[in-house]
Amino acid sequence: TRFMTGFSSSLASVSSQLRGVVGLEIHAQIHATSKLFACSRVAFCSPPNSSVAFLDASLPGTLPVLNRRCVEAAVITGLALNCTINRKSLFDRKHYFYADMPAGYQITQQRLPIAVNGSLIYSYFGGRKRNQVLSRCVRIKQIQLEQDSGKSLHDDQRSQTLIDLNRAEGQLRVDANVSVHCPGEPLGVRTEVKNINSARYVARAIDYEIQRQKKVLENGGIIVNETRAFDSKSGTTIPMRDKEGLQDYRFMPEPNLPPLFVYEDEASVPAGVNPTQVVMIDRLKAELPELPGVRRARMVDQYKILPEHSFTLVNEDGLTEYFERVVRNTKAEPRKVIGWVMKELLGNLNQQSLKLAQSPVSPEALADLLNVLESGHISSSAAKVVFQEMWKAPEKAVEQLVKELDLGLVSDREKLLKICQKVVDTHPEQV
Amino acid sequence: MLSLSIGEVSAALRKGRLSATELCRRCLNRIRKTRHLNAYITVTEDLAMKQAQEAELRLTRGKPLGPLDGIPFSVKDNFCTENIETTCASHMLRGYFPPFSATVVQKLLDQGAVLVGKTNLDEFAMGSGSTDSVFGPVRNPWSYSVSYREQSREQDPDSDWVIAGGSSGGSAAAVASLSSFMALGSDTGGSTRNPGSLCGLVALKPTYGLLSRHGLIPLVNSMDVPGIMTRTVHDAATVLDVLQGRDEKDSTTVESAYSPSSLPEEFDVRDICVGVPKEYHAPGMSAETLAQWGRVVALFERAGARVKEVSLPHTQHSIVCYHVLCCCEVASNMARFDGLQYGHRSKVDSSTEALYATTRHEGFNSVVRSRILAGNYFLLKQNYDRYFVKAQQIRRLITEDFRRVFQSGVDVLLTPTTLSDAARYSDFIQEDNRTRSAQEDIFTQPVNVAGLPAVTVPTALSSRGLPISLQLIGQSFQDMKLLTVANWMEQQLDFPIIRFHDDTDQERECKLGS
Repeated sequence: TRFMTGFSSSLASVSSQLRGVVGLEIHAQIHATSKLFACSRVAFCSPPNSSVAFLDASLPGTLPVLNRRCVEAAVITGLALNCTINRKSLFDRKHYFYADMPAGYQITQQRLPIAVNGSLIYSYFGGRKRNQVLSRCVRIKQIQLEQDSGKSLHDDQRSQTLIDLNRAEGQLRVDANVSVHCPGEPLGVRTEVKNINSARYVARAIDYEIQRQKKVLENGGIIVNETRAFDSKSGTTIPMRDKEGLQDYRFMPEPNLPPLFVYEDEASVPAGVNPTQVVMIDRLKAELPELPGVRRARMVDQYKILPEHSFTLVNEDGLTEYFERVVRNTKAEPRKVIGWVMKELLGNLNQQSLKLAQSPVSPEALADLLNVLESGHISSSAAKVVFQEMWKAPEKAVEQLVKELDLGLVSDREKLLKICQKVVDTHPEQV
Repeated sequence: MLSLSIGEVSAALRKGRLSATELCRRCLNRIRKTRHLNAYITVTEDLAMKQAQEAELRLTRGKPLGPLDGIPFSVKDNFCTENIETTCASHMLRGYFPPFSATVVQKLLDQGAVLVGKTNLDEFAMGSGSTDSVFGPVRNPWSYSVSYREQSREQDPDSDWVIAGGSSGGSAAAVASLSSFMALGSDTGGSTRNPGSLCGLVALKPTYGLLSRHGLIPLVNSMDVPGIMTRTVHDAATVLDVLQGRDEKDSTTVESAYSPSSLPEEFDVRDICVGVPKEYHAPGMSAETLAQWGRVVALFERAGARVKEVSLPHTQHSIVCYHVLCCCEVASNMARFDGLQYGHRSKVDSSTEALYATTRHEGFNSVVRSRILAGNYFLLKQNYDRYFVKAQQIRRLITEDFRRVFQSGVDVLLTPTTLSDAARYSDFIQEDNRTRSAQEDIFTQPVNVAGLPAVTVPTALSSRGLPISLQLIGQSFQDMKLLTVANWMEQQLDFPIIRFHDDTDQERECKLGS
């Protein structure tokens, strides 16, 4: 018994030293009008199998043709993530049989992907009250172009599977690779967690898997290198039935796609190659939009708003532009504007599940309201009421609403005296 | 009439001495008469007559689309043809009607050529005899020729007929039996040149990347090319000019820097240096083939060309290198045949796995299956470096051998095409497909490994009355130059036109002047 106790307590102490190590594999669909290797259109929510080129159906004799826009998107992504762009990258075939992959292999970039060795500095709310902005750096190992598989729907009742080869999921998919180890020691055996269907489940799936692995080791077991599926109902991961044992993908170079070359600039394009036919990095660099980190810093710096607010501004599509337009059109200080944007505007949008583009109140209208408030014409509580009315009746001007609601502040002393006198006169008992 | 060259018959069509519909009808009749050769899987009679009528209209108006307008041709059944069954001679694709045509097929159709049918082949182009097809083997038309029958001791051609070679045997038989003026084959390890040689035709394997592979159902993507079969070198050049060129749909095609569209008017063979690779003295080569090789070398020498012995030291490793890479690609390319989207689907549906396994077992013959298994083995992670990478390295060395020889001033290489003349079917099938392929591909597959152009030209009839041919190998993208030398060679040799006992005098004497 003593031995057992000693054993388990040393394991327990090991367990408490165990730390999770996580690698994320993120599949992001490229925003392009046609697919990576075929000229069929990319269309969201189309009827099944309505946008399938001969190549998508793996008809024999079809050959992949690389989509230039997709290459540009990969380079832009690599630049935004501080990666080294490989001037030469290669395509490979990854073989496995699955009904949603008609060719029996997927074209990917395993040997030499288009971008490597990047990093992402991200910030999050931490500290005791979770109101401190902390920042971390995560390594981006590589970015690779790859073919998407089709969609499969399992009909268990009829014991059949239906396949849609349109291949436009339109979402971000994440697989998590998780292992645990004691810091300083070699990495533990990892498992792959799939079927994480939304961003909010990523953390839950990973947390569960780390705890599961710790418990297994605590009980003297070993971690098996396997693929597990996340079950959102139970919040657990379960082994996937048909992916037992190690998969050998029998990688082979894709013989129908020569090496992909991207060039620094027009000067480095070799003679005999048409510059309009190549991807040039400097052109894409110039096209890069303001990156989130840079924009957040600028918001704080230029407008003196709180860092927390800069996060929200950057994370909501179009909100920064909205905010800046209000600021441009109003005398009110940006720090006041931000309050209105964060509370009144976003509050209404969230409550009614609307997107910013659907806001009935335009930036100019909000600016108008704030100007009226600045001029002292209305009180701030009155302004909030007017805002809600503007929301309901966006065609009406601010001044009109103020009049209709009779919310104008009276600052004429004579008028005020008259009103007070009237109140006193009509309520003798109280006076 | 049917034994005329494309050049001659095209001139006749344009001059109005012959109508396109009459020509087409004759070819279709010929196909019917030569059914015993089993050269065709599908005969497109109605379509051909329709195309011939359209050609006739153009020709009578004096507006032909080009030198191929109205010319009947056939296509190996591993090229996709829109709405025409394309089977690859396999159960796997019985009843498969592609919704598009291969680029090279479309180019011929766009020139007004008349498609008479899809020809027989070894299943999925794997083989060197055209004996492994689900539709049965192809018979070499020379089995029925006067020259062979006179030499043969058998009375009954059914017992001693000879193979057409493979894997494009049907295409070769079609052109050699005079039911087509030209045919498309495919060439991965010699599959156009081998049957071309055994059937006494001119068969060209173009440089890899010169002709589009879009629509050619692949065997080995990094070695496959569409092949051209005709009865004269001049005809091959005409077809090459129509077919060459970059295709957007095939990323491995190249816009070659300068590509002449025809053979030059002037050619002096004294400007040429012919290399004779010593490693090509293979055991198993027949004495007659060796004699022809010597004969043609002497021809070049006497005419003033420089001839020298050269060395391609890695030749001996080529067949194994080819075999490894071929199996790897086959395993990969055949993965798409699962019965789900098209083709044969097994009735077993207890699970997806069972469906796949049964479909593939039923659909593929043992040759295809064994190559898939070998390829999967070579591609396993633990084997990849030892087999696939090693083979690619050997491939580089073989390519370098050729490059070095050409850089030393050699313009073309002269070698045999096959070990001997055509074997009897009954002898050929004594060994399995793998053994035969390894033996027969010996002179042809190094060319595919290196991606070079090569052409086979018939030189003489053997003592058995069957064609013997030799191969010329050229430099990358110098296909027209290669054909120029081949053209000169052909003119020195005067290889006979095939004759059959049942040829009528009218057919034989119908030589329409140009």
